[in-house]
Amino acid sequence: MTQTLTASTLLAVPLAPLAGALLAGVFGTAFGGNLIGRRASHSLTILGVFVAFILSAMTLKSVILDGARFSETLYTWMVVGGLRMEVGFLVDGLTAMMMCVVTFVSLMVHIYTIGYMEEDEGYNRFFAYISLFTFSMLMLVMSNNMLQLFFGWEAVGLVSYLLIGFWFNRPTAIFANMKAFLVNRVGDFGFILGIGLIAAYAGTLNYAEAFGKADELSKLVFPGTEWMLVTVICICLFIGAMGKSAQFPLHVWLPDSMEGPTPISALIHAATMVTAGIFMVARMSPLFELSDTALNFIMVIGAITALFMGFLGIIQNDIKRVVAYSTLSQLGYMTVALGASAYSVAVFHLMTHAFFKALLFLAAGSVIMGVHHNQDIRWMGGLRRYMPITWITSLLGSLALIGTPLFSGFYSKDSIIEAVQESHLPGAGFASFAVLAGVFVTAFYSFRLYFLVFHGKERFDQNPDAHHGHHDDHADHHGHHEAHTPHESPWVVTLPLVLLAIPSVILGWMTIDPMLFGDFFKGAIFVDAERHPAMEELAKGFHGPMAMALHALTSLPFILALAGVVVAYYMYMVNPAVPATIKRACQPIYTLLENKYYLDWFNENVLARGARLLGSLLWKVGDRVIIDGAVVNGSWKIVGWVSGLVRWVQTGFIYHYAFAMIAGVFVLMTYFVWHDQFMALVRLVK
Amino acid sequence: MTLTLGHFLSLGAILFALSVIGIFLNRKNLIVLLMAIELMLLAVNMNFVAFSYYLNDMRGQIFVFFILTVAAAESAIGLAILVLLFRNKSNINVDELNALKG
Amino acid sequence: MDVKTGLFYFFSAVLLFAGFRVITSRNPVYAALYLVLAFFQAAAIWILLKAEFLAIALVLVYVGAVMVLFLFVVMMLDINIDSMRQGFWKHFPFAAAIGALIALEMAAVLMGGFRLTEEARNSAALVPVVPQFSNTKELGKLLYTEYLYPLEIAAVILLVAIVAAIALTLRQRKDSKHASPSDQVRVKARDRVEIIKMKVTQPVQAEVAAAVVASVEKK
Repeated sequence: MTQTLTASTLLAVPLAPLAGALLAGVFGTAFGGNLIGRRASHSLTILGVFVAFILSAMTLKSVILDGARFSETLYTWMVVGGLRMEVGFLVDGLTAMMMCVVTFVSLMVHIYTIGYMEEDEGYNRFFAYISLFTFSMLMLVMSNNMLQLFFGWEAVGLVSYLLIGFWFNRPTAIFANMKAFLVNRVGDFGFILGIGLIAAYAGTLNYAEAFGKADELSKLVFPGTEWMLVTVICICLFIGAMGKSAQFPLHVWLPDSMEGPTPISALIHAATMVTAGIFMVARMSPLFELSDTALNFIMVIGAITALFMGFLGIIQNDIKRVVAYSTLSQLGYMTVALGASAYSVAVFHLMTHAFFKALLFLAAGSVIMGVHHNQDIRWMGGLRRYMPITWITSLLGSLALIGTPLFSGFYSKDSIIEAVQESHLPGAGFASFAVLAGVFVTAFYSFRLYFLVFHGKERFDQNPDAHHGHHDDHADHHGHHEAHTPHESPWVVTLPLVLLAIPSVILGWMTIDPMLFGDFFKGAIFVDAERHPAMEELAKGFHGPMAMALHALTSLPFILALAGVVVAYYMYMVNPAVPATIKRACQPIYTLLENKYYLDWFNENVLARGARLLGSLLWKVGDRVIIDGAVVNGSWKIVGWVSGLVRWVQTGFIYHYAFAMIAGVFVLMTYFVWHDQFMALVRLVK
Repeated sequence: MTLTLGHFLSLGAILFALSVIGIFLNRKNLIVLLMAIELMLLAVNMNFVAFSYYLNDMRGQIFVFFILTVAAAESAIGLAILVLLFRNKSNINVDELNALKG
Repeated sequence: MDVKTGLFYFFSAVLLFAGFRVITSRNPVYAALYLVLAFFQAAAIWILLKAEFLAIALVLVYVGAVMVLFLFVVMMLDINIDSMRQGFWKHFPFAAAIGALIALEMAAVLMGGFRLTEEARNSAALVPVVPQFSNTKELGKLLYTEYLYPLEIAAVILLVAIVAAIALTLRQRKDSKHASPSDQVRVKARDRVEIIKMKVTQPVQAEVAAAVVASVEKK
């Protein structure tokens, strides 16, 4: 049905999940009196997200088929000195795609949670949170101005904090959620500076108006320095993206965020929240195109993240951590694409990655459930016999991740690699090397994980930590007699896996042409083709998805990926003693990787301790000595001291006073009499 | 030698200086203090009359007129205070008047 | 040296001597009397300066009233003379220094600016030595026209001085039958009169009646 976009349908998209969240969150928890039970709260929230998904799908259809666009302000919150703060929606190709991705993955996660969090006491609270997250993310992607974007940005950060620390009785969870929030705050600091600069120089927070002034802004210099204004703005905005999308060095929070339940790792830390930074840069492409320095910076940071995070994924033993580092590495890929001005490629990879990474996380969760909450892959193995659906979907997801031709990940990843090679920026050489090396590393750790979990010997009864596992308060009613037999998860868990596997396989093939080389992102993403010819070169070399797949069979990335799989197969299936030997041989490297490049040590011991010292210094010296002692106490003490001195003048004796009067008269007399002579003397001296 | 204005002014000056000395010396006798103040006023009046004569301006004498009036009023009140003081403290020692000490 | 100058020197010498004795007399009565002497000398000098009204006013008002007042007070107060003189000469050097400074200062003014005018220069334009010239009249002419307002204020000052002096030192007599008029006016009837209602006639009690009858019959 043809339908033009209206404000009410668009409003319903974020508000439906919000309504679900509020109902479940207020009435389903002790806060509102525990009025509704589990069935009611999950039904309400799923209904909300489902409505949002249907409307998003309809919106996408309108956008693609009818070319519909929507750009309006719905509510003016306030106007301060000419700066308008509004709530509004901007719906074009980019927004519609993000809306569908967010709502679909959110819906899958909601259904999955019914099975995963079945035994948890905070069931209703969890559903409320993930619906709230959906609302926040939708507000972020649908906004037409930077203030609303920032609102969504902070809101997703908040919900991420709430969800990482969902099991708030665990100290590791609390540490992780504070870490996530604080590191994000560092990024947000840069982000707000960027927004502030735009507001100051363009006088508006609205995207369309600010981008309209892009040409004027490109001529300005940041005052007091020799930097171009747009460079400073873009770098500041990108710092925000670094925090939210976990780029080096603000990536440290993402592995720790695995303390939260697996559904949120899938939803937030794979598919949606961490992609907010990528989305933001793509949305701001008119500004970023003006600054080569910023793009170069973006590319280098992305390359570093892509490669070095991949290395860390090689040595992890926790199934969720492997996937987390994989996420970090893939985010690095997206960032590299942004740096190469291939915004549509970055967003394309964002979309495909959302599906296969969410799939991998949910499959990991299914595995965890199946082996009774053990997360260590050293004590798994041969699970393919017990959990067939999980096995197949994991295999599909992993193949998509490593870039197997015809799978969705292949199209997006190879496009990134080609785009980087076409870029002329100074950092492109390093970035190109990094993304290629990353292909090998990705394939290696993905299939290491796959082989260790689903193939090989069954090791789950060898786990020394069995049942002292990670989830003590996660009441485990399965009983001990089933402890040694893994089982497939219920349909509420496997259905989302299947539903996510389908787009992981076919979506790339279907959408690469219109998205990258068609008009899908026209008007949403802006590329300066003369200076940044990456997309043009890509378009020239593109002859259809089938041709691209066939051509890739002889290209370097495919060979590297294949090599990665083969090496992983050899090291973990054929000759399991090899990893230990390599570890002994490269012990220093291993230690470096194990300590995550000592970044965590640095943050905790230098930065955090430094901040605490500063606080304690400010308290002891600043507050107590200076403010309390000198200013507050000092002021009355000075008054007392001065009055003690002045008191001496009041002797009470009349003749003292008379003398003072006479002396004063005498001085005045002297002044008046000798005034002229005195002045002459002074002038003489001068 | 003829009389100049200077003679009269020096006379006034010496009288004034005398009364200042008197104020300093008489710490124990409030009455003599008051008398020294009268001397001061006399010195000033002397100056005014001399100026009035030498500048040929009657206004100097008018001013003396008023000074006389005010001086009379001031001594009356001063003496009244003195009497009260004596009633309360039975001596007129200036040295002991330090109740307003800060 | 002519007569006028000689008289001036004589009068000033006595004046300065009297002033000195005022401040250094042991006996306050002597000090007051020396002050009287000083005023007389000043009056004489003023007559030399042809300001005879002021000279007479000085004698009449100042000596006649103010100094007499001083003498009254001095003689009324029972002062212990000896204790007063302790430490007198201790402060003399300092005081003398101050005094000398002031005197020199004033002299410097003279040396600086007012090396005036002998008498001769002005005397022509001066006061016409005419038989009708009257210092008093000149004074009056100026006082009651240009300086009328200050004159009235001076009168008020004197009034204030009277009232203040009395208000300060008035002591109430203990046996004074003074009544406060405002209290008298504020009195209310019920403070003075109390009305008691009684019957005109009352039945007399039996014993009382019998006693009355008995006494009447006795008579």
